[in-house]
Amino acid sequence: MSRYIVQRSAWVAVVLIGISVFTFALLHLTPGDPAQILLGPIATPQELARLHRELGLDRPLATQYVLWLAHVAQGDLGRSITLHRPVLGELLLRFRGTIILAAGAVIVAFGPGIALGVLAARRPGQLVDRLSMIVTVGGASIPPFWLGMILIILFSLRLGWLPGTGMSSPSGAATVGDVLTHLILPAFTLGALPLAIITRVARTGMIEALRGDYVRTARAKGLGEAAVTMRHAFRNTLVGIVTVVGLEMGFLLAGAVYVETVFDWPGVGLMLVNAILTRDFPLVQGAVLLVATTYVIINLVTDLFYAYLDPRIRFE
Amino acid sequence: MAEQVASSAEFPVRTTRRPAAGVLARVRRNRSAMGGAIIVAVIAGLGVLAPVLPLDPPTIPHLGHRLAAPLTSGYLLGSDQLGRDILSRLLWGTRTSLTIGVSAAFLALSLGSALGILAAYYGGRLDNLLMRGIDILMGFPEILLAIAIVAALGPGLTHAMLAVTVSNVPFYARGMRGAILLLRSTEFVESARAAGATHTRIIIRHLLPNVVAAMLVFVSLNIGWMITETAGLSFLGLGAQPPTPDWGTMLADGRGFITVASHVATVPGLTIFLSVLGFNTLGEGLREVLDPRSR
Repeated sequence: MSRYIVQRSAWVAVVLIGISVFTFALLHLTPGDPAQILLGPIATPQELARLHRELGLDRPLATQYVLWLAHVAQGDLGRSITLHRPVLGELLLRFRGTIILAAGAVIVAFGPGIALGVLAARRPGQLVDRLSMIVTVGGASIPPFWLGMILIILFSLRLGWLPGTGMSSPSGAATVGDVLTHLILPAFTLGALPLAIITRVARTGMIEALRGDYVRTARAKGLGEAAVTMRHAFRNTLVGIVTVVGLEMGFLLAGAVYVETVFDWPGVGLMLVNAILTRDFPLVQGAVLLVATTYVIINLVTDLFYAYLDPRIRFE
Repeated sequence: MAEQVASSAEFPVRTTRRPAAGVLARVRRNRSAMGGAIIVAVIAGLGVLAPVLPLDPPTIPHLGHRLAAPLTSGYLLGSDQLGRDILSRLLWGTRTSLTIGVSAAFLALSLGSALGILAAYYGGRLDNLLMRGIDILMGFPEILLAIAIVAALGPGLTHAMLAVTVSNVPFYARGMRGAILLLRSTEFVESARAAGATHTRIIIRHLLPNVVAAMLVFVSLNIGWMITETAGLSFLGLGAQPPTPDWGTMLADGRGFITVASHVATVPGLTIFLSVLGFNTLGEGLREVLDPRSR
């Protein structure tokens, strides 16, 4: 296992370098003088000249990349043009919002998705299975930005049950309960697609597993149906589910852009969109780098968990 | 599929077209495929007919008729915040949204397949290089990759389409590579090579026909997602720019008025939902028919 961990981590380092190259390249794909783009429209000639020297803009691209990476490695992602503050601090402040939102969506999607998929597989064609079909097809087709608006119209504007904007009430302190009530609608919106996918994977995986010879053996030796389902069939399905969970984390982190925009949820996604629209390039680069790095690390963890669950992976 | 593989092992030329006819009949009997196809056909048909239907021009404001409710005289689906007819904008928007979504899917298919075939067929160092590049692209969450590309190129419909295409290429490349790897060492490819067929001939005549079905399923399941993603970029203000009628921008416009006139947002959203649902059920149906594992 430790050899596998080392191998995977080394590969992750390569991917992270690739991601940093791509993020660096973003600036040079943008038409115009990089220093001007980074400083915004109201930069003085002196400031421009200084940044030109600092970034080594008159030197080869490779040198510029190394200079940039050295800054990034020290946590210096530059200064935001619109907020006039260091990018990293601003991003970390907002990152909490995205993490809370993604965690809420995980709760909405993963547990219920697995439960629904397993129940549907045990009773194909019955009511539970029909429900799982509706969730699978509907969840995979409904645009998250629209679902969010429908939920706001229904539960916030018409029924007045739940708040529809922000992460906490504008008046008073943000208590845990207050944040949680604000979280319900956005979390459901973001969780809908992963819920659909996980229900589907759990269902097909379980149907396949329940056909296995070892399930017949387990039944033949007199095990109860619950033990057969959970101890034998479900364990084998879990491996497939874990892979999908890893992939869906990417959707939860990046799809948060839509949900944060609809609900005015203070997260990195909303910050990224505003940064693009206001051409705040340092902030754009920082947000892209932060979200991609988080995703890569989450994927590393799921990969390791996957290898732990399925020894065959380790010895490939 | 099995007979086809067997027959091409003996004769590198397909002698009969019957299997394709059989597939069509099975698609026609599949409720999911037909249902999806009908939804897609109706929406696409309305989009095609938009110029000849008796509709208000989609971009001309009527400030006296702002935010008219659905079913009021002259506005079947109501009007938006500038008094533009929502039905008209929706149908004209179909042309933008569907064209962009479908072309992005096919562009991603062609690019990704080309990369996947090159990697799998030639193998070795080229495979390594291409696939490591793909892995790095997959290090980004797909939506983030698309947004990052638009951030660099600047907002706009063409850039959004490009971004959605590029961010989906890795999936096609991986899928195609896997499929070709399985076929590369089969007997019919070996025998074609032994018979002196060129690489191009082997790829076009022997490999591609055997992956068309799988790719067709993949594309039809992916188009819906492409439409959602493009609409999503427009919704964020990064895709189509006003006053172009587009589902995503209509939804973004409507968002500002959900307290007073929710139909401005719900109607275009419902249209996106229906068309994505159409493509998804069509894809599911095709999968049932074409994927031997699900039978």
